[in-house]
Amino acid sequence: MSAQPKRRWFHPVYLCLLVPYAVLLWVPLYDRLRPALFGIPFFYWFQMLWSFLVPLAILPVYLHQRRRRK
Amino acid sequence: MTAHPQAILVFVGLFVLVTGGGFVASRLRTVDLSRLHEWGLAGRSFGTLVTWFLIGGDLYTAYTFLAVPALVFGTGATGFFAVPFSILEFPLLFIALPRLWSVAHRRGYVTAADFVRGRFGSRYLALVVALTGMVATIPYIALQLLGMQMVFAALGIRSEWALPGLGVVPNLPLLAAFIVLAVYTFVTGLRGSALIAVAKDLLIYVTVAAAVIVIPASMGGYAKVFAGVDSRSLLLAHGAAGSAGPGFAYVSLILGSLLAMFMYPHIVTGMLSARGGDVIRRNAMLLPAYSFALALIALLGYMAVTAQVKSMPEYAAGFRAFGNNFAVPALFLHAFPPWFAGVAFAAIAIGALVPAAIMAIACGNLFSRNVFREFIAPECSAALESRVAKIVSLCMKLGALLFVVELQSSYAIQLQLLGGIWICQTVPAVLIGLYTRFFHPTALLLGWAAGMLAGTWMAAQLDFRASIYALKLFGFTVPCYAALSALALNLAVSFVSSLLCNARSAGPRIDETLAEDYSG
Repeated sequence: MSAQPKRRWFHPVYLCLLVPYAVLLWVPLYDRLRPALFGIPFFYWFQMLWSFLVPLAILPVYLHQRRRRK
Repeated sequence: MTAHPQAILVFVGLFVLVTGGGFVASRLRTVDLSRLHEWGLAGRSFGTLVTWFLIGGDLYTAYTFLAVPALVFGTGATGFFAVPFSILEFPLLFIALPRLWSVAHRRGYVTAADFVRGRFGSRYLALVVALTGMVATIPYIALQLLGMQMVFAALGIRSEWALPGLGVVPNLPLLAAFIVLAVYTFVTGLRGSALIAVAKDLLIYVTVAAAVIVIPASMGGYAKVFAGVDSRSLLLAHGAAGSAGPGFAYVSLILGSLLAMFMYPHIVTGMLSARGGDVIRRNAMLLPAYSFALALIALLGYMAVTAQVKSMPEYAAGFRAFGNNFAVPALFLHAFPPWFAGVAFAAIAIGALVPAAIMAIACGNLFSRNVFREFIAPECSAALESRVAKIVSLCMKLGALLFVVELQSSYAIQLQLLGGIWICQTVPAVLIGLYTRFFHPTALLLGWAAGMLAGTWMAAQLDFRASIYALKLFGFTVPCYAALSALALNLAVSFVSSLLCNARSAGPRIDETLAEDYSG
């Protein structure tokens, strides 16, 4: 596909989006019971935590794209 | 099962109030529902908030409320895959869907198959994308009907009724659920579904808040909830020597489900009805909040284990009829006062109705655009096109009804996973097609056929009741979600035959889309 010459196709900020995949698809990292949080084993609360971290991973990319569009 | 009059009263009241509100609200704005893009895409007018409710409505379904906790209830940690899958959905959605929205907006596409038709210039590739989307959605709608049927049963409504002139009719609640869904979809279209989605979500928030606070509190905290569960099922078991083990199966379920979710016609419809690409980008950041609630709902499965509802005689009939799927209804009846059980069941039933309607609408769009207009009646009027879409959406629901009757599984989630196997086979044409047209349309058709055959064969080997097929590779066992392994085969076939096709035909292929169409 021929992209417009002036626009850079890739920017390092996009790597932010890969972090959640790298972490959550590496199961041995979190397949454990301790430490528990409010009585919830690690396996469960760690994955739940990422529902808050994913928007934070997307935010820099969103801001980058918005700057570029202006 | 014993009837619960108080719960039934609250349930019926709320159900009539909310769906009735949808009927009325869809009449408030005078739009011409005989136009397909009005009935089916609500005129591409939805802002951030409505889109949030609409897509959220697609995420909170009978899948979330009944199927996922049932899997956690029955199998433990594996069932939790729905949480990382729904979280990891959003970075992909953030990147890829604004591209699809942009090109669809510039070129007037309504469905993913429209895009494939324009991008690859192949009406047959567009046809298989459309048909795959429809076939894959049927079991997903079936899951919603099953959810409604289960709610009726939990309320203690008899399933067999003697009707004058018809004799004894079995499964009447299921038929009732079907009729409500059919009439509702036919009359309101997507706009009505979006309006009702707001009321439905509020009901669901109340139910979820009560369920995840009141029930653990009555058990003495989350620590007590987990203490009641066999500690071996709390984690993914380690694989035996020579096997990739349940950890790999877990990852394959996450990946397969997230690719599948992205391809479903109703998700594409919901996103294309947004006002702009930025609405979608903002939603990708707001929607993970649903995943957190989904996780709390999934944990209801463990609460049902600890409450030991399965061994209680009053719920024995429910478990006999619906298997482990009955875990959450039983838990609600056990833990809530009857009137609040009515509220919770209304939330689940409406939560099944709205997405089922949206799915059926999306399939209607697909058929009328990419099959009827393309192959049967190219010169048809806009009104006829819209009418065909409505009739097809009705047929989809009939198909789903057959699925429920024919394929009773101890895990309703298998219905959704089965649809996922099929829908994943359109990933190379649609998702990868957004970025490159390296793949030749003929090669994509070959790859699609290979993936569909392999995926369906694996599912058939498992009797259509499970979806993790253990591949034997060089003496090593790899348990993998069939959607993902079939997609790997699909990609390999598409890639190799693209090399061959591209080398043979030197002429340029027809691609009506331009590079700047993709960045809106």
